[in-house]
Order: sequence, then C-alpha cells, then structure tokens
Amino acid sequence: MTPAEALHGGIGQSIPRKEDARFIRGKGNYVDDVDLPGTLFLDLVRSPYAHAKITALRKEKALAVPGVLAVITGADLAAAKLAWMPTLMSDTQMVLPTDEVMFQGQEVAGVVATDRYAAADGVAAVEVDYEPLPVVVDPFRALEPGAPVLRADKGKKDNHIWHWEVGDKAATEKALKESAVVIKERLYIPRIHVSSIETCGCVAQVDAMGKLTVWMTTQAPHAIRTVFALVSGLPENQIRIISPDIGGGFGGKVPVYPGYVIAVVAALTTGQPVKWVEDRTGNLTADSFARDYHIEAELGATKDGKLTALRVKTLADHGYTDAAANPSKFPAGLFHIITGSYPFATAFVEVDAAYTNKPPGGIAYRCSFRVTEAAYTIERLVDNMAHQLKMDPAELRLKNFIPPEAFPFQSALGWTYDSGNYGGALKKAMEMIGYDALRKEQAEKRRRGELMGIGISSFTEIVGAGPAKQFDILGLKMFDSAEVRIHPTGKVLARLGTKSQGQGHETTYAQILAEELGISSDYITIEEGDTDTAPYGLGTYASRSTPTSGAAAAVAARKIRQKAARIAAHLLEVSPDDIEWKDHKFQVKGVPDKSKTMAEVAFAAYTNPPEGEEAGLEAVDYYNPPNLTFPFGSYICVVDIDKETGQVKVRRFVAVDDCGVIINPMIVEGQIHGGLTMGFAPAMMEEIPYDAEGNNRAGSFLEYLLPTAVETPKWETGKTTTPSPHHPFGAKGVGESATVGAPAAIVNAVLDALEPYGVTNIDIPLSAHKVWKVIHSKDAA
Amino acid sequence: MAIDAAEVPRTPGPVTTRTIHVTVNGVSHTSTVQNRMLLVSYLRERLRLTGTHIGCDTAHCGACTVLVDGIPVKSCNLFAVQVDGRKVQTVEGLASGATLHPIQEAFHEEHGLQCGYCTPGMMLASVALLAHNPNPTEDEIRRGISGNLCRCTGYVNIVRAIQHAAQKMQTPAKGGP
Repeated sequence: MTPAEALHGGIGQSIPRKEDARFIRGKGNYVDDVDLPGTLFLDLVRSPYAHAKITALRKEKALAVPGVLAVITGADLAAAKLAWMPTLMSDTQMVLPTDEVMFQGQEVAGVVATDRYAAADGVAAVEVDYEPLPVVVDPFRALEPGAPVLRADKGKKDNHIWHWEVGDKAATEKALKESAVVIKERLYIPRIHVSSIETCGCVAQVDAMGKLTVWMTTQAPHAIRTVFALVSGLPENQIRIISPDIGGGFGGKVPVYPGYVIAVVAALTTGQPVKWVEDRTGNLTADSFARDYHIEAELGATKDGKLTALRVKTLADHGYTDAAANPSKFPAGLFHIITGSYPFATAFVEVDAAYTNKPPGGIAYRCSFRVTEAAYTIERLVDNMAHQLKMDPAELRLKNFIPPEAFPFQSALGWTYDSGNYGGALKKAMEMIGYDALRKEQAEKRRRGELMGIGISSFTEIVGAGPAKQFDILGLKMFDSAEVRIHPTGKVLARLGTKSQGQGHETTYAQILAEELGISSDYITIEEGDTDTAPYGLGTYASRSTPTSGAAAAVAARKIRQKAARIAAHLLEVSPDDIEWKDHKFQVKGVPDKSKTMAEVAFAAYTNPPEGEEAGLEAVDYYNPPNLTFPFGSYICVVDIDKETGQVKVRRFVAVDDCGVIINPMIVEGQIHGGLTMGFAPAMMEEIPYDAEGNNRAGSFLEYLLPTAVETPKWETGKTTTPSPHHPFGAKGVGESATVGAPAAIVNAVLDALEPYGVTNIDIPLSAHKVWKVIHSKDAA
Repeated sequence: MAIDAAEVPRTPGPVTTRTIHVTVNGVSHTSTVQNRMLLVSYLRERLRLTGTHIGCDTAHCGACTVLVDGIPVKSCNLFAVQVDGRKVQTVEGLASGATLHPIQEAFHEEHGLQCGYCTPGMMLASVALLAHNPNPTEDEIRRGISGNLCRCTGYVNIVRAIQHAAQKMQTPAKGGP
C-alpha cells in the first residue's frame, strides 16, 4: 500500500450502505419478525370515548373465547402498583385505567391469546360500560374558569400544566413600543403524527433465570432499561432491552407506551413470550403526537428593515398528560431557538401548557424538541415583515443575518451558536433557483392575474443534545458513547449508545472510524441497540447521533491511537515522540517509508506488546459535548396556484443545507430528501383534528394523508460547509434540518402568491379548500 | 349514554378452515388455514417469510405488497384462501441465489432505502411497473409507486433506483455494446 492510496470508506465518501444487504433481501429483523417458540399475542381494548367513567368491565366472555388466556385490566395492574407510570416529563400516565378514560383510543384492557386473531376476538368480547363525561377539546377553553378539571387525581384545580418563559420581558416590550413597524400574527401548528411505516411493538420474554428481555421499537434502549428498572423494581442487570431494526422513528419511538408495559406484565404473569404490535389506528389515536402549538408572535423592525425585537406567546395542548420527550430542564424543548438566524437585541418567549381530552405527547416529529415550531414562527414572520415593509424577503434576510464573523454568537435567548454563514447559504439557494428571474416572471404573471409565489426559509437548527450540565432526561445526562475494539488482524468491532432507525449508522460510524483508525470501513462492524452489549447512551433522536456518539467514536479512536503510537514506536524501534499519525498510518517523523499500519500495530498489541504495555487495543468514550451544534440552511420554494380550485403546485424547491463536515454525502442527501418530505407533509397534508366530542378524525391513512411520490415535490439540494468548531471532526448533524426548515418556505410561497388578496396567514395544512376560500372571498367582494 | 352491548358482536362465529395450494417463490405449499387468515399473516407467520411487512392494515401504505400471478397486491387486504392455486412472489423470491435482482441492486446503488421497512413492497411494486412499462418516465414511475408510502427517502432516490433498474434490465447482462 502506498501512502497516497485512498482509504476506502473514510469521511466524505459516498459509499453505499452496509445495512442495505439485509433490507433489500427482506432479511431485516424488525420487532414483528422476532419469533420465539410459544409466543402469545397481546391486543388492546381501546376507549370509544374521549372522556368517560368506566362503570363496569367484564372479562368473562373474552376469557371464554378459544385461545384467549388472560385479560389484563387497570385493576390488575393497580394491585401491582403499575396502573400508572411516569412520563419522560415527570407527569403521570395511565398504563390502564381503573376509573376514567381520558381520550378516544386510550388503552382500556389487554387481551392475551395464542395468536393475534384470537386476541382480536377476545378484544371484541371484553365488555366495558362507560358513562360519558364532559369533554375538553380546546386548550383555550380548557383554561377558562369552570372548565372540567381533568387531572384532579394530581390535586389540580384547573387544566394549566406549566408556564415557562425566557428572555427580557420589559426590554422586549420597550423595544417593540419603540419600533417603527410591528407585525403580529397568530399561527396554529396543528397536531400531527410521525407515522413511521412500522408501528410500535415489542416482544417480552422472561427466561428461566428470571431475566426479562424486551425486543422493542425504541430509539433509546438504555434509558428505557433504566426506566423499566426504576418503575418495576426489577434489578437493572436482569433487564435487557434490544432495539432491533427499526422501521422509522422520527421521535415517535422515544416514549414508553402502555402496550409495552402490558406486554411485559403479560410475559411475567404467563411465563411465556408475549408480542404486542399495534395497528395503525392504535398508532394514530394513542401514540404520542407532535406540535399542537397555538402561537401569537410579534416582530418589530425599523422603517428601513432592521429587525428589533421578538415577542412570542404560546399555548401548548399536551392532551391529558405531558408526555413530551424534552430534556427535563426545557418543558417547551428548544423553542427558544426562535430568534433564528437574526441578531435580535432582545426577545421574550412564554409558553403555557394545558390538559385536554386528547392523547398525550408533545414529542418531536423529526425535529429536535420544538425546533420546527420555532423556525416556522420566525421565518413566517420575517416574510410577513418583508411584505409589510414592501421589501424583498431575501433582501430583508440578507440585511439582518448574524454575520459570519460574529460566531460564536450569543443569541438574545441564551444560546451560543457555534458557527454559521447564513448569507452564503441563501445566496447559493438564490443562484441555484434563479431568484431574480423568478421574481420577474412573478411580476409578469401577477399583471396577467396568475398566482405564482416564491417563499424563503433561512432556518437555524439546534441539535446534538447535549452538554450534560444543561441536558438530561429524567436525570440521565445526555452524553453518548462508543466502545471500539480492534481485533488482532486489524478488524474492528464498535458499539455505540445510539440506535439507527434508518439513518445508516452501520455505514457512517464505520466511516468515522475508518478515517480515524486508517482501517477500511469494510472491516469495521457497528453494533447498537442491545443494552447487554452496547455502552450506555441516551439514544437517537434530535439529530444527536453524529454530534454525540459520532464524536465519541472519533475520540475513542484517538485514545486507541495514543496507545497504538507507543506500540508502533516499539515495532519501529524509535521513541514514541518520534512517531506521527500521517496518511492513516504511524510514521517515523520525516521518514515516510518507515511506518506501521494500524493492522500491524493491532497484531503486535496481541502478539508482541512492548514491555509494560497492556495487551489488547480498545477504548471507550463517553462524550459530553461542550455545546450543541447549529446546522442551518436556506430553502426557496416556488408555487403556482390554480385560481379555480385553490390547488397549490410546488413547481420547484431548492434546499441548501449546511451541516458542517459531511461523513457520507449520499446519506446526507437522502436524509435531506426525507426531511423535506416530512416538512412538506404538515405544510400541505397532515393534521389530526378532533371534533367537539373529542373524536379523532384522522385515525387511519384514509384520513391522515402521508405524501406519496405523486404529491411530493422533486427536491433539488445544494450545500455549503461551515464546520462546527467544537465537534471532533466538525460535523453538526442533519437528519431533521429539512423538516424544520421546509414548512415556512412552502407557506411563505403560497402567501406570496396570495399577496394580492391581502392575507397574511393561512394555518397549515394548506388544503386546496383553504386557499380557494381566500381567493374566492376576495373575488366575490 | 353507555354503548349498548348488543351493538357489538361479543362472541365470534365458528372459525372455519380450508386447505389451499399456493406456489410461493417457486415452492409449492399445501396449507390448512383459517378462512379469515390474511395473506400477509400466512406469508409471515405460517411460511416465516417476514420480508413482507405490515404498515397500516388498510391497504394504504403498500408495505405488504407482493405479486400474485405477477400483479402487485396488498397482502393485508387479501385472504390467504384467495390465492389458492396461484403463484405468489415476495421479496425473498427476487434474488436468484446469490445474484440480486436488478431492482435490488438499483435500490442499493442509488440509496433508495433508509429504514428498509417499505423497501420490499416498494421493490415489488417497481418490478410490476417495469414488467408493464420497461422504460417509464419519471411521472409514470411516481404514479406507479403511489400506492406505496415511504417516510424516509422523499422518493427521489427511489425514482432514481427504478430508472437505474430499468436501464439494467434493458441492457444485456453480458456481451453488450
């Protein structure tokens, strides 16, 4: 091998993915594929009412159904003190109810049977008598005096959960008063659902030694193990959580759902393995929702378009319990990234949370803790301000961006942005899409009465949670880990505390290690998701894998290199001080042909270690990031609207992302494509509405519309590269940027097209009907 | 008002069975199944062909797509007894031994999959599309896979993979120009 020979599969190479080999053959191993002898099936009775008292629950007929072995109720769980469980936000959630149901679709009883058909028969045969109670659907009405108090069990006297605020209230008030122009907008970001194509489920097994193993659709297996240990009282060494292949997570597989707990109870009580896999209706009606933020935002500016201050008041509808998955110190997540890409002198944000008769949640939908809500708000308002000032929205942004030389930048709400070049990304996007020509075309079309719009979103993300001093979940610090072991022949096994759900960790982590160890990624095996083997970590969500475990992999490899350098010195018969790591091998300084590869060193580590050196070659790192990372980007969307139907057609969408140093450009581009589609989805199609009785109106894919290949725009991507200064190799994370950034670009484009009608907001999703109403209310006048 | 117990059938009727003869991926099977057993359950639980996935139970997501006599069907909305006497192809039947089908190669090479859950159904829908239309336009491809939902990829690379597979399938494997 010559020094110039390229390392296969290092950082920056678009190598195809290792994990594909099993997926394209249908040999993935998802939870429902786990097949243990004697497995029983759990199915759930669910509430038809949004709020009701359970007056009777009769098991007898269900127990008489052939194949049904057990019916588990809230009363059964209460006897074991398991009827309630804590949420990740230290609220409480029913596993199964003993008295009242709080939302439509809530789990009411579990039926265990020999196969899933018999379990479904059993569910149909459980008799439950309900006495309906008044339903609280609207979070504003929930907070009015006299509203039924939903959580009297907690000693609550009203439905207010918490108030959280950040920023300088008085200074913001003053700055807004002194601003020449102030705009105010109410934005509703509706309840949506991640709807990974694989629903949630588990297989719980208790072996002869009393050890509980749970194969589970979880993004955070280690944290789940600890929670299970604390809630159940089982010793943590007697619990093994295995997160096998996961068919998409997007935040929906972070929480603990009642079905998991009931399956574990069923396995403990029957002594047989128990499988629970929810159906889509259970998934859409009971698993954690995302968003549901009612936002009122005010933005001030000078006459010549300098942004002055931002004030935001939000009401969060959390359903009947706060089951968000935020770091514990941040009940509204990282919503205070809301000052976005702009150097506000002052800002103030407050959020109040309310209980309603809806399913619990407040989790992310492919975004890092309420960041989409924030990015949407600021980018919508900046566009509205541009229209108000009769300025071009690109010009207003370029005039106001935090300049590249201002980084690290301290935001008005307390974050320290690591690096950025916002103008660079926007200018690149404008160039790619041909912005000036499009504006000319738009002006001509407007003269002809045609509706064409151009929308921009220049978002700043905040990911990679996070520094342990600020970030924890239930007290567990949000570090993450890597354990790297080099075998005698120079092949590598690495285990990490995160868990891929499609992100391609088996490939990208191997690329990081290939780069750091000088070993082809073909010879690096990555394992995650088994709590008996992987080092402890907080899991994969919030775009944190690369910023945390990816960093840990690099640092662990560098620890290995320190020892390996001493072994190389021994082999080359020089002092360790004379050894340098160059061109992916150990060289005697200034003598490039005197060198040892990592494989040669590894062999020596087991066969010929230097005197006084331990055998073996491995390292562990628990990486506590010094700061979050702040990926960013600028997106531009062009829409054409059919005046007759209100149909919005996305003609073009250019996304320029900057996620720092890229490990695998092919995988990053794929993540951006997917993220854009999950930004398009809530902007145009997805919503879970509730009627006045609290009925979920989107309980299947017939009503809850995921974009198909036909609706999805043909994405065009570009990139700039601004490395993170604090990450070991400059990466920032990218899985969610596009979901965060895309909705505002789409909505801004539609409102830009509709400017002649004087409308400043339409709440998403932008159905043809909503757009048609705007066009025709004006025409009719 | 409480739900009237009489509204819901509380006791299921008798479970009836039937013996079926099905060829799955070229292998003949004779099985006695409950009449109500879905084709997807038969494939996954009886034959242990777990590459066919369940995503919605309502024929919307397409994760369970298989080919019955070459026609793509959603196996969560077909009973096993309905394929009596027919030929079924699942993802496990795409490769011939160690040789991948061009659609499998193309999904890998063009990064047409991420979590892999929709992938088997997506590939089988693509195979059916290309059998019917060997040289589809992008819009024809997008329409052709509109019965299959993917949450990860945004479809861009799936479209590229299908275009790539179309080229591969038109180019002779050996001795080409």
